[in-house]
Amino acid sequence: MRAFTQVDGLVAPMDRANVDTDLMVPKQFLKSIRRSGFGPNLFDELRYLDEGEADSDNSRRPINPEFPLNFPRYQGASILLARENFGCGSSREHAAWAMEDYGFCCVIAPSFADIFQSNALKNGILPITLSALQVDTLFERLYEEDKFRLRVDLEAKTVLLPDGELWSFDVDAFRRDCLLKGLDDIGITLERADVIRSFEQRHRERFPWLFEDIVL
Amino acid sequence: MAQTLYDKLWDAHLVEQREDGTALIYIDRHLIHEVTSAQAFEGLTLAKRPVWRKSANLAVPDHNVSTLASERRGGLAALPDPVSRLQLQTLDDNCAAFDVTEILLDDPRQGIVHVMGPEQGAVLPGMTVVCGDSHTSTHGAAGALAHGIGTSEVEHALATQCLIQRKMKNFRIEVTGHLQAGVTAKDVALAIVGRIGTAGGTGYALEFTGTAITGLTMEGRMTLCNMAIEAGARCGLVAVDTTTIDYFRDKPLAPKGEHWERAEIWWRTLQSDADAEFDAGIEIDGSAITPHVSWGTSPEMVAGVHGHVPRMVDMADETARNGLARALEYMGLSEGMPISDIQPTAVFIGSCTNSRIEDLREAAAVLRGRRISPTVDKALVVPGSGLVKAQAEAEGLDQVFLDAGMEWREPGCSMCLAMNADRLLPGERCASTSNRNFEGRQGSGGRTHLVSPAMAAAAAVMGRFVSVDEVLSSGIETRGGI
Ligand code: SF4
Repeated sequence: MRAFTQVDGLVAPMDRANVDTDLMVPKQFLKSIRRSGFGPNLFDELRYLDEGEADSDNSRRPINPEFPLNFPRYQGASILLARENFGCGSSREHAAWAMEDYGFCCVIAPSFADIFQSNALKNGILPITLSALQVDTLFERLYEEDKFRLRVDLEAKTVLLPDGELWSFDVDAFRRDCLLKGLDDIGITLERADVIRSFEQRHRERFPWLFEDIVL
Repeated sequence: MAQTLYDKLWDAHLVEQREDGTALIYIDRHLIHEVTSAQAFEGLTLAKRPVWRKSANLAVPDHNVSTLASERRGGLAALPDPVSRLQLQTLDDNCAAFDVTEILLDDPRQGIVHVMGPEQGAVLPGMTVVCGDSHTSTHGAAGALAHGIGTSEVEHALATQCLIQRKMKNFRIEVTGHLQAGVTAKDVALAIVGRIGTAGGTGYALEFTGTAITGLTMEGRMTLCNMAIEAGARCGLVAVDTTTIDYFRDKPLAPKGEHWERAEIWWRTLQSDADAEFDAGIEIDGSAITPHVSWGTSPEMVAGVHGHVPRMVDMADETARNGLARALEYMGLSEGMPISDIQPTAVFIGSCTNSRIEDLREAAAVLRGRRISPTVDKALVVPGSGLVKAQAEAEGLDQVFLDAGMEWREPGCSMCLAMNADRLLPGERCASTSNRNFEGRQGSGGRTHLVSPAMAAAAAVMGRFVSVDEVLSSGIETRGGI
């Protein structure tokens, strides 16, 4: 996983509540067996005017000029500003892969759905929870100012606004550590293989039926 | 100390609690399907990691499969869409390479992963169950700690037999009284999501209790727990009782003999202690729940069948007004209109929420001797598994659906998420027994109304949303001609 320490990035808006992962990556793109290449299909139904297929050439598709991510002023954005319950619905990690592939490394919202939050963190994307009031303020400023940028510092757990205002945020200590160092969860867990094995032994004695081979 | 059911399941699987608040939790069963596993197996291959415990894993193809008998007959090679075919082939290849047991596409036990799991006894009370699919919450109906995971966690579970978790909080939803005739577990689920909202359960394990819940069959409990995720909760739970134990008694992978007896003793302890404390709780009067219909683009946007679409003035704030306006525009509805004026032209009976035998019986009871309205031009019945299909055919339910003018398909996810050819056209309006009414979920531009199987059948007959009694008392036996 890519490490995350600081980002000074342009902010783009996704101004609606309950953005679900179906909206982030529609089902037809889930047929891929790869992890990369989902960026052009992030928010597909909102970004394009036609219906995309897994094998469409996205560069030739008609763009929806009314969708903010298509506005020239938001090109190159790396921070997404969103509303409550961002990432609800399906567990598809494709949503996080698409965010990453598009170039987002941070999402700010008043709340996130559990599974998306965990998927994002595992893909080097930092979800930052701020209060609804703070998010309202950011939306206002974003709409007023051209090229509205924020500086996010994960080490210090702060968001720096252009006028010098500094807000702090909370993040799970374990996740923060993984992100800062770009650590892979599986490697960390496998360091505890002995502990897992001895638990497994006790578990097997207690619940032997859970360890029978599946014979169909 | 008094414990909740969730606390007990957590403790029984806790490998290691760490100081930073995270914990390693042991996974008993990992269910696998084609859409969220390819990248996980690839990750194992790249890192040269083996599968930790092969017997914990069971795979089945479901999301992407064709539901047409003509396309299924020729097996994988006959599937017309090359992209789907490759994904399904990749599942077969990965299971073969890693020696993971897979129920193949042409096996009579193939079905939607969450229907197949309990049906085979691959899911049992007291287990921890994960799957790369958010509706893994379904298995909480068995008194199992079950939740959906992303693909990185699929890889993590394969490689380590554990997940890194933080303990959730406990939320009790007590549904008192008894459900009225014609009101099903689906209506209870929709009523709950409507009440607490799609984020109401975020960070919690929901436990459903009360007489209206204990009165549900296992199938009903699965429908309810299935939709816990629509309330934002990764898992839903129902305590183990005699209904649970009787359900698993004859399942193929259930423990036998002395193991069964030991298992039953442990399963009987899987309830929250009487004085256990919950972090949150609500009580709902089950006898007051009416049949529900979703009118919007989020599962919390629901109303009783005799109710109305809300009005702008009822909305609390600007965000809510924007949400309502966008939903109304997408759904092609006007504010304040009666639910009974909404006229679906498509009907879908299926999905891991409502494709079990009981669901098909409920729908067939409404459709028997009737025909679907001439205004309904697409009506699919998709059994949840090959075994459900065989049972339904043995009971003659397939003939009831066919006589009514509906299609009887092969098992799979089908129009629940429209990854295959079963999908809505832009603007098409569907009465659906699935679980999500998000924009585009059942096909780009498609409009989904979530309902119970009986309500979907009633809408199919009348061409609009009505309660089941209205159909039964309408005298309409041959609407649409024979
Ligand atoms: S039926 Fe629908 S919700 Fe259930 S597993 Fe399949 S796609 Fe997911």
